[in-house]
Amino acid sequence: MTTASAILPARGLADHLTAVFWRHPRVLLALLLTPPLLWLGVVYLGSLAALLLQSFYSIDEFSGVVKEEFTLKTYGELLRPSNFDILVRTVTMAALVTLACAILAFPIAYYAARYAKGHWKAAFYLGVMLPLWSSYLVKVYAWKLILAKEGILGWAAERTHTSWIIDGLLSIPGLEGSSLSTSPIGTFAVFVYIWLPYMILPMQAALERVPNSMLEASADLGATRAQTLRTVILPLALPGVIAGSIFTFSLTLGDYIIPQIIGNSANFIGMAVYQLQGTAGNIPLAAAFAVVPIAIMLIYLAIARRMGAFDAL
Amino acid sequence: MKRLRLMGTATLALLTGLSPALAQVTEIGAPEGQVNIVAWPGYIERGETDKAFDWVTKFEAASGCKVNVKTANTSDEMVALMNEGGFDLVTASGDASLRLVAGDRVQPINTDLIPSWSTVDDRLKDAPWHTVEGVHYGVPYMWGPNVLMYNTEVFKEPPTSWNVVFEEMNLPDGKSNKGRVQAYDGPIHVADAAQYLMFHKPELKITSPYELNEDQYKAALDLLRQQRALVSRYWHDAFIQMDDFKNEGVVASGSWPFQVNLLKSEGLPIASTIPQEGATGWADTTMMHVDAANPNCSYLWMEHSLASNLQADLSVWFGANPAVPAACTDGRGMATAESCTANGLDDFDKIRFWTTPVSKCSQGDGACVPYYRWVSDYIGVIGGR
Repeated sequence: MTTASAILPARGLADHLTAVFWRHPRVLLALLLTPPLLWLGVVYLGSLAALLLQSFYSIDEFSGVVKEEFTLKTYGELLRPSNFDILVRTVTMAALVTLACAILAFPIAYYAARYAKGHWKAAFYLGVMLPLWSSYLVKVYAWKLILAKEGILGWAAERTHTSWIIDGLLSIPGLEGSSLSTSPIGTFAVFVYIWLPYMILPMQAALERVPNSMLEASADLGATRAQTLRTVILPLALPGVIAGSIFTFSLTLGDYIIPQIIGNSANFIGMAVYQLQGTAGNIPLAAAFAVVPIAIMLIYLAIARRMGAFDAL
Repeated sequence: MKRLRLMGTATLALLTGLSPALAQVTEIGAPEGQVNIVAWPGYIERGETDKAFDWVTKFEAASGCKVNVKTANTSDEMVALMNEGGFDLVTASGDASLRLVAGDRVQPINTDLIPSWSTVDDRLKDAPWHTVEGVHYGVPYMWGPNVLMYNTEVFKEPPTSWNVVFEEMNLPDGKSNKGRVQAYDGPIHVADAAQYLMFHKPELKITSPYELNEDQYKAALDLLRQQRALVSRYWHDAFIQMDDFKNEGVVASGSWPFQVNLLKSEGLPIASTIPQEGATGWADTTMMHVDAANPNCSYLWMEHSLASNLQADLSVWFGANPAVPAACTDGRGMATAESCTANGLDDFDKIRFWTTPVSKCSQGDGACVPYYRWVSDYIGVIGGR
C-alpha cells in the first residue's frame, strides 16, 4: 500500500513561483507595485524634483551661464513688473475662464442630467464630446477665422449694422485690439469654448447623483424652485463644479498655444516658459515660472478640499 | 542640462578663442549605403510633398546612399539632436552653427574632397558662422533675407524705409498704420530695431545689430515699445502671418520670401522690398557630425548639395537663395535670374546675418547685452512694459 504525498510534486518553474507567492504574499505585492512606483517616483516625481532644483539656480548676468548655487534670486525675478504682469494676466484669465465655463455649463449639464432622455441624451453626449474628437489646433484656427477683422463675425456685424458693439468692446481699456482675434476678448472666448466640455461632464455627473427624493422633500416643505436650487441642488452639485473648475483652471494656466494664435501676443506663463528655455538658456527662470501654476493649483486644491469637493471620493 | 553645459562651453570657447583642430577626412572611400541628416522642414524633398520638387532620389540612385531625414523646427532642437548623436549631417543656421563648433559636435570639412566648393558664392566661403580661425566646419547651403512684405493696394510704391512698422504714421491710403503692421514674435527682432537705429541715429554708434551695449540696447527697446502701440499681434508662424494679411487687414510687416511667394501665388496684392536701412537675414550651412558613422556618403551628399538641381529647385521651393549663384542661371533646375532676384540674391550686402548675441563682443569683454536678456526684455515689451 502506497501513500500519496499531501503536497503535489512541483511541475516546473511556474509551480515553484506560485508556491513562493503563496507562502510570501509580500513578494508578489512588491513585484506588482515596483514598476508603477518606479515610474511615479523616478520619472514623474524625479522630473518635478529636477524642475524644482533648477528653479533655485540662477543665471549669471554677464556670461548667461547657469550658476549651480542655491539662491532665491530667480524667484525674486518673478516679481519684476514685466514678469509679474505675466503671472497676473494668466491667473486672471484662468479665473475668468473658469467662472464663465461654470456659468455656461450649469444649465447645459442640468438639462442633460435631469430632463434629456433616450435619443436626446445620446445627442447631448455627442454634442459635448464631438469638439473633443477634432484637433485642438484646427478648432483654434477656425476661431481665428471667425473672430478675424474680415471674418464671419465682423461680416455679420457689418451687415446687421451692429459693428458698434464690437467696436465698443474693443475700445474698453485693456481689451483693445484691431479685431476680436487680436484682443484679449478673443483669447477668453476661445479658452471658454475649448475647455467647456471639461466643465460640463463632471458637473453633469454630479447633478445626476442628486436624488430626486431630496428635491421632492424640498418641494413638500414648501421651498420655491429658487430656494431648492440654492439650498439643495447647488451644494450637492458643488463637488462636480469644483472638479470641473480644476480642469478649466489648470488647463488655462498651462496653455501656451491659444494665446499665441489668438490675442495680442502678450505672454502667458506657458509662452514665457517656452521662450525662456530655448535659445535663451534661462532654464532657472523658466523653471520658476513653471513652479507658479503648481503652487497655485496646490492652494486651489486645498481650498477645494475645505469646501468638501473630495468628500465623495 | 547638457545643452546648458554646451552653451557654457560655447561661451567659454568663444571667450578664449579656442578652436580645437580635429582630424578631417582625407579621402572618400566606398559609400556606406546611407546618410542621416537633421534638416529644416522642407529642406530635403524627395518629391513626396510635390512631385516637381525632388533632389534626393537621383542622388540615392547615383551614389547608393539612402537619405534619412529628421526634421527639426528650431535651432535648439537641432543642437539637441546633434548632441544626442546618431546623425551625420545638419543644416545649421547661424545661431546654431557656432554652438556646434564650440561644443565639438561637428568636424572640419576637407574642401578638396568637394569639387564644387569652388562654385560656392565667394561671399559665403569664409563666412564667420561656419569658419573658425580659417577652418571650415561646413558647406554653405541656403540663405535668405527678412524682407519687408507689404500690400500693393495700400503701397502703390514700395516703402523705402522700415519706419512704416516702427513709427506711427499715415500710410499712402490716408489711414494710420496703427493695428495694421506686424513684427516678428522672437527676441531676435531687437536686431531689426537696432539696424533701424544704426541708420537713423548714427550718434548711437551701433556697428552691428547683434552687438549692442547697454545704451544702444536701451534705445532699441524704446523703439520696440513705440512699435508695440502699432502692433495688434506679433507673428511667429508663417501661416498665421499669411492669414493675418488675408483676414486681419495687416498691410506691412517684416517677413520671409517664403510667405511673400506663397501669397503672390494665391493672387493676392503682395510684394516685398528691402528698405534703405537694410535687413537681417539667415544663412544655413551643412555641417558634419564629429562622430559621423557615414562620412563617405556625407561627403557625397555635400557635393550633391552644391552641384545638383538642389540649389536651384530648393531656392524656388523655399523662397531662399542658393549658396551657388550659378544655380540661378545655368538651368540646372527651376531657378531663374528673376526668381533669385525676387528672393533677394542681389541684396546680400544689405543683409546682416543672424548670430547669437553674446556678452563678449567687439566692444569688449562683457560690454554687450547677451541673448538671454533680449528674451526676457522682449517678453516685457510685448507685455506692454
